[in-house]
Amino acid sequence: MGELSVQKRTAKDYASDQEVRWCPGCGDYAILKQVQTVLAELEIPPEQIVFISGIGCSSRFPYYMNTYGLHGIHGRAPAIATGLKLVRPELHVWIITGDGDGLSIGGNHLIHLLRRNLDVKILLFNNEVYGLTKGQISPTSRPGQRTPSTPWGSFETPFNPVAVAFGAGATFVARTLDRDLAHLRSVLLRAAQHRGAAFVEIYQNCPVFNDGAFAIYTEKETKPENALFVEHGQPLLFGAARQKCLVLEGTTPRVISLTDGLPQNVWVHDQTDRTKAALLVQLLGSPDSGLPRPFGVLYADPRHPTYEERLLHLRQQYAQQHPDLLTLLRGRTWWEHR
Amino acid sequence: MEIRELQRADVVIVFAGDSGDGMQLSGTQFAHASALHGNDIATLPNYPAEIRAPQGTLAGVSSFQLRFGSFEVLTPGDECDVLVALNAAALRTHLPLLKRGGILIVNEAGFDRRSLRLAGYSEELNPLTDGSLSDYQLIRLNLSQLVGAALADTGLSVREKERMKNMFVLGLLAWLFDRPLEHLEQLVQTKFHTRNPELAAANLRLLRAGYHFGETSELFTVRYEVPRAPLPPGLYRSISGNEALLLGFVTAAHKAGLKLFYAGYPITPASEVLHLASTLLAYDVYPLQAEDEIAALCAAIGAAFGGHLAVTATSGPGFSLMSEALGLAVMLELPVVVCDIQRAGPSTGMPTKPEQADLLQALYGRHGEAPLPVIAAATPAECFTAAYEAARIALQYMTPVVLLSDAFLANGSDLWRIPDLEELPPILPPWAGDEHRSNGQFLPYQRDERGVRPWAVPGVPGFEHRIGGLEKEHLTGNVSYDPQNHEHMVRLRAAKIARIAEALPPQTVTVGEPEGELAVVGWGSTYGTLVSAVQECRRKGMAVSHIHLRYLNPLPPNLGELLRNFRSILVPELNSGHLTRLLRAEYLLDARPYSKIQGRPLTVTEVIHAIEQVLRHG
Repeated sequence: MGELSVQKRTAKDYASDQEVRWCPGCGDYAILKQVQTVLAELEIPPEQIVFISGIGCSSRFPYYMNTYGLHGIHGRAPAIATGLKLVRPELHVWIITGDGDGLSIGGNHLIHLLRRNLDVKILLFNNEVYGLTKGQISPTSRPGQRTPSTPWGSFETPFNPVAVAFGAGATFVARTLDRDLAHLRSVLLRAAQHRGAAFVEIYQNCPVFNDGAFAIYTEKETKPENALFVEHGQPLLFGAARQKCLVLEGTTPRVISLTDGLPQNVWVHDQTDRTKAALLVQLLGSPDSGLPRPFGVLYADPRHPTYEERLLHLRQQYAQQHPDLLTLLRGRTWWEHR
Repeated sequence: MEIRELQRADVVIVFAGDSGDGMQLSGTQFAHASALHGNDIATLPNYPAEIRAPQGTLAGVSSFQLRFGSFEVLTPGDECDVLVALNAAALRTHLPLLKRGGILIVNEAGFDRRSLRLAGYSEELNPLTDGSLSDYQLIRLNLSQLVGAALADTGLSVREKERMKNMFVLGLLAWLFDRPLEHLEQLVQTKFHTRNPELAAANLRLLRAGYHFGETSELFTVRYEVPRAPLPPGLYRSISGNEALLLGFVTAAHKAGLKLFYAGYPITPASEVLHLASTLLAYDVYPLQAEDEIAALCAAIGAAFGGHLAVTATSGPGFSLMSEALGLAVMLELPVVVCDIQRAGPSTGMPTKPEQADLLQALYGRHGEAPLPVIAAATPAECFTAAYEAARIALQYMTPVVLLSDAFLANGSDLWRIPDLEELPPILPPWAGDEHRSNGQFLPYQRDERGVRPWAVPGVPGFEHRIGGLEKEHLTGNVSYDPQNHEHMVRLRAAKIARIAEALPPQTVTVGEPEGELAVVGWGSTYGTLVSAVQECRRKGMAVSHIHLRYLNPLPPNLGELLRNFRSILVPELNSGHLTRLLRAEYLLDARPYSKIQGRPLTVTEVIHAIEQVLRHG
């Protein structure tokens, strides 16, 4: 037997020859690198991968991948992906979108893709601002945010992307950050391995129009008190010395300081528990409230059949028929004129 | 009493009643039976946009016009020989269509005080008794009583019996026009039997009761026979425009060795295409009810990227929503077909009524320089050919194609000769191969001698590439902002579409000589009316010809030359003059419009009148 001399793929094998053109310091660079790393780790052949995007800074992503790619129109990547995945279920399809592309102009397509549970990965780069059009508010911008279109400070209520996705029926919902590479990679890896629609919100810093928007979750002084990193089967602990935990009083999350071990009613993360996940995705926390914001895989249920599986099952019922085209053209009643 | 048998070349029947009276079903069944009998047919359904419009009102009238004949039947007819009016409102709305001396069959129960009032008649003056219908052969039927008697020993409720009264009328008409009952019986069996054998039996019984009633009641002294039409040999069936459309795409996919992806969002009058696509899983059709029309076309683009024949159909409002994605398809150069089943607009307009006012949108309704082929079907059966042709052009030239149909074609039925698959032209997509690679890189925008780029589908190693809506560099497809490159690419894309004309069949004259006093130029569903009108004018000695366009972009290369052989050009259209503008702009010709914008097809009489006007006044 000859030795198999297949070289292991590296992140570089997934990078195209195009010069990456995001602003210096943009969080997108880190995400690009981690996606390439994860694809190499999973050894998915580049020709089996398709990146589909809409419009916005994040949507340039496909040009930088040495895979198949389609840079679509604003908001419509989920619709394009739906058509592709329906006819080519074996492909690995990734959707790259942003808070404006995915939740404003493309909100309709996003929720329907999640509802159908198409087996695709959706990375929503959330920087809480429109970058490519120079800094207007997005559906995730915070109240008070001053931008060219809200010089007086926005008074709109923002979307919470993970809650939108969960509400639309996503079978995998996660939140991660561009500045925590290890966490980013682990979440991307788990999303890639999920069978079904995997929605990943990535906090992504826009150094030009919204610098430091997520600083309290990324800087080491504030991160421990404000960011809660969840792990399936583990109690919800946070704080610099992991000295705090979350408990549920009824349906209300409360923070308890640990003194003598874990309290009986500590909230243990169960990513398949839809009821608790509903509370977790709603939990935004804030320094004022003392409640943290959860990061990680907040909900994941692989038991739900994907759109492709259901379609395949349906098609198999018809596959045995093998009717010929002439039968179809003739219809129910036809006759021959001699 | 002796009953005379007369031969007639053709007959026009209008079935009119309340929306719930089964008029569309009756008309379709009779049309089908006539086609099976060997007549050529043309039909015109006319129904309210409301599913259940208020009963007995003028707005709630649903009608179905059928013409069957012993020659090539081109139009449903301007007026009718027989009017079936099941209530006063149906009589009021459709009596103007009935010829003097024509047969008027009414249901007496539909003329009670309430029905008269709702139809706008005086409650005291019933048109059935006041002598106002003396110009017609009035046949008054008490359908409730006749139906009740025929179904006396069944367990059916009065309400159920009432809903079947149309079957009695169908039976009566079958006798009157000497149609063998077997075809209708067979159709009723297929329609009801599997669902409800009891209902099928009752319907059959009523059909026969109506037939025997004609024979024994002595209501009619004359019976008519419409002989078979002389047809070329082949397999025949009756088919609606929307059915023909989808079958054209299924056949094109089959010939190209591809699978068909069909995405649609419900919209009148295009929804039937989605319904039909959803029944064809066994034929490898992939249907998707999208969340909106934007998604329908975007999904089609995704499926085309994935290597399928991708199609969507919609109507005006949905077509507007698709404009942006059509531009993307132009930019990507991927094959998709968008069918616009036009209806009266703008906005919601009159959703069930035909119009041809989307032509300029189809040609020009995109931002940027975004030309694409536009094809129009002329008859319901021709929707098959148009769909096949649209798919062929999309796949062979890697371009989106717009196919224009309308509410008249979509719902109307035709006799269709089922084509031999061998006689259809082959479809050969430009698959990517090693000749499109240079230094190990695939060049997605390297063009062949026709200007067509290769189609590379995900899954194949060595052909990984990115395409997008940003302007791309010639050959490599990489993003490019180079000014010279942009103009070059714009011109390459336009030249590719323009050069499709080189392979099109030359434009011919449908009726008349390729030169003369007047050319009547049309496109789309006005075909039958224009042919009939021009034929009639020629019989009267006028030097008029008819030219009908199937290819609206690019136009056939010889069209300008052909049109210059005529002194005048008249362009009848169901819009304010879209084709007129196009011909003027393309050929600097004094084409003049004849416009009708009423949500109704042109009539032969109207067109003859317009022709006479032009010839008289020059």
